[in-house]
Amino acid sequence: MSLWGILAINSVAFGGLLFLLSAGFSLIFGLMRVPNLTHGSMFMLGGYVGSTLYLTWHLPFWLAALGAAATVAVFGGVIERLLLRRLSGSILAQVLVTLGISFIVADFCLLTWTGDPISVATPPGLTGGVRAFGLFFTTYRIAIILVACVVAALLWALLDKTRLGAMIRAGVDDPEMARVVGIRVSRLFTIVFCLGAGLAGFGGIMGAPILTVYPGLDGDMLPLALVVVILGGAGSLLGSLVGSFLIGFVYNFGQAMLPELAYFVLFLPMVLVLVLRPQGLFGRHAP
Amino acid sequence: MTATRASLLAALAVLVAVPWWVPGDYYISVCSQILIYAVFALGVDVLIGYAGLVSLGHAGLFGLASYAVAIALASGSGQLGAVALALAVALLGTAAFAALSLRATGIGFIMITLALGQILWGLAYRWVSMTDGDNGVGVAARPMPFGFNLEVASHFYYATLVVFLLALLAAWVFVHSPFGASLAGTRDQPRRMNALGYHVWLIRFYACLFSGLLTAVAGILFVYYTKFISPQTLALTASAEGVLMVISGGSGTLLGPIVGAALVVIVKNVASAYIERWNMLLGAIFVAIVVFMPEGLVPGTTRLVRRAFKLRPNAPAPTGEPAPGEPAP
Repeated sequence: MSLWGILAINSVAFGGLLFLLSAGFSLIFGLMRVPNLTHGSMFMLGGYVGSTLYLTWHLPFWLAALGAAATVAVFGGVIERLLLRRLSGSILAQVLVTLGISFIVADFCLLTWTGDPISVATPPGLTGGVRAFGLFFTTYRIAIILVACVVAALLWALLDKTRLGAMIRAGVDDPEMARVVGIRVSRLFTIVFCLGAGLAGFGGIMGAPILTVYPGLDGDMLPLALVVVILGGAGSLLGSLVGSFLIGFVYNFGQAMLPELAYFVLFLPMVLVLVLRPQGLFGRHAP
Repeated sequence: MTATRASLLAALAVLVAVPWWVPGDYYISVCSQILIYAVFALGVDVLIGYAGLVSLGHAGLFGLASYAVAIALASGSGQLGAVALALAVALLGTAAFAALSLRATGIGFIMITLALGQILWGLAYRWVSMTDGDNGVGVAARPMPFGFNLEVASHFYYATLVVFLLALLAAWVFVHSPFGASLAGTRDQPRRMNALGYHVWLIRFYACLFSGLLTAVAGILFVYYTKFISPQTLALTASAEGVLMVISGGSGTLLGPIVGAALVVIVKNVASAYIERWNMLLGAIFVAIVVFMPEGLVPGTTRLVRRAFKLRPNAPAPTGEPAPGEPAP
């Protein structure tokens, strides 16, 4: 019983991390129709930058996390402005350029932070755990879940309650029509790209105490983001929330029960969704 | 037409003569490697160039065939049985791969193939009882078809050359057949093809199978070439290299992928002798080609040659060297 409880809480925490990763991916994909293959790299870069700020510069953890998110957001903005902007309309070129950048980032991280995994200690104040219902919950994982919920609520408020959010939704639904009514869709692109990259970077440093930061983290996380978005539907916030928790559960329980095939088990919900509902659980149109 | 035929014969003569004009076994092996990757790139190009579908998971299929050979040999099967098993496994795998990824086209296809390729990589990496994880699986010996010893570099080169020529011929027939024409139709005008009564999905599915077959053949050659297979072969970088070969050489041509494969293999071998950062260079080449020369080397050069002929009909024939940095129109 207690094993299942711990697995469940770990699954929810991992789902929270996946949400931080995939919400941006889903928004970028939904709005810009760009499958941003640098997204895993953004996650890894966030982990590396954050761990440097936290461990080497001795900044407080939350400040380090915000710093990492801001750095990665700026990096994302630069990529969008300098490269993706020039290639708008050519999907294949965008895919290949983001893939090329992800290789460069991976090699850059290997060069800068070496191949050794960096383990980030759980930030002070969040160590230990809470005993409830006869189970032991790690405080840090609960913190991740809370942070993911807060981010989800903020994103929902941003998208549903503000003028900017209304413009983004209009852009997702029909970019041409949004342009016609005077929305500067290209500026939205930059904002959404920065936001998505920043969230992924934030996820990277939030996940660092659990996952550690290592070369290849990008390649591990990118397919997870893809699977979440295929499951939940592109451009849908609710879709990436539900998809993240679903995949969090499948991944953790798969790893506990079939450790050798955990990566393969991930594929089952994706297969089901692709066969039964190709646009994803909450998507409006097929990718 | 005779000029084309003459240049084809000349190219064939150069390929057959490789063991004489190439210094040393190492470079002959590099030539074998180029031919293996050329077969792989042809497989990728059938999808990118003729079906308009970009797959970022083909290294998974490549590795599937390689692992099938290595594991079958390790568990005591004969060479012929191992190769037959590998072809069967890879075709079945491709069928499943295609059935899932053809739920979408365009970006969706790219994303699904990427996810599937990563899953195959994850299996190779983590299904330790089957694949021995990161340690990989070794192959004890290359086969001896008709008593021909493939352990010799030049012999292996010739065997690879024969397979490569067969694959090229198969690709040529495939592309120029009525089926190839209907495949190009589904790439350019899927709705009209559908309205004309063609089964667009099935045409794409068969194209995937053919592409998977070429990829599997390359995978089998590869595992005999290196006599070793590890998860690294299935990584996303390997799929991306395949796409890079096709795009850099020029998709939608048969010569393009071959030139691209040669380019990538040579750059990789030369570069890795001097620098450690092959991936960074690969990424940079990727970005540069996409931004500056999106049509690829072969169509770009062809266009330049045609233009030169048209503008100056009496001018001496151009050397056929690609013009570096020539931006696409």
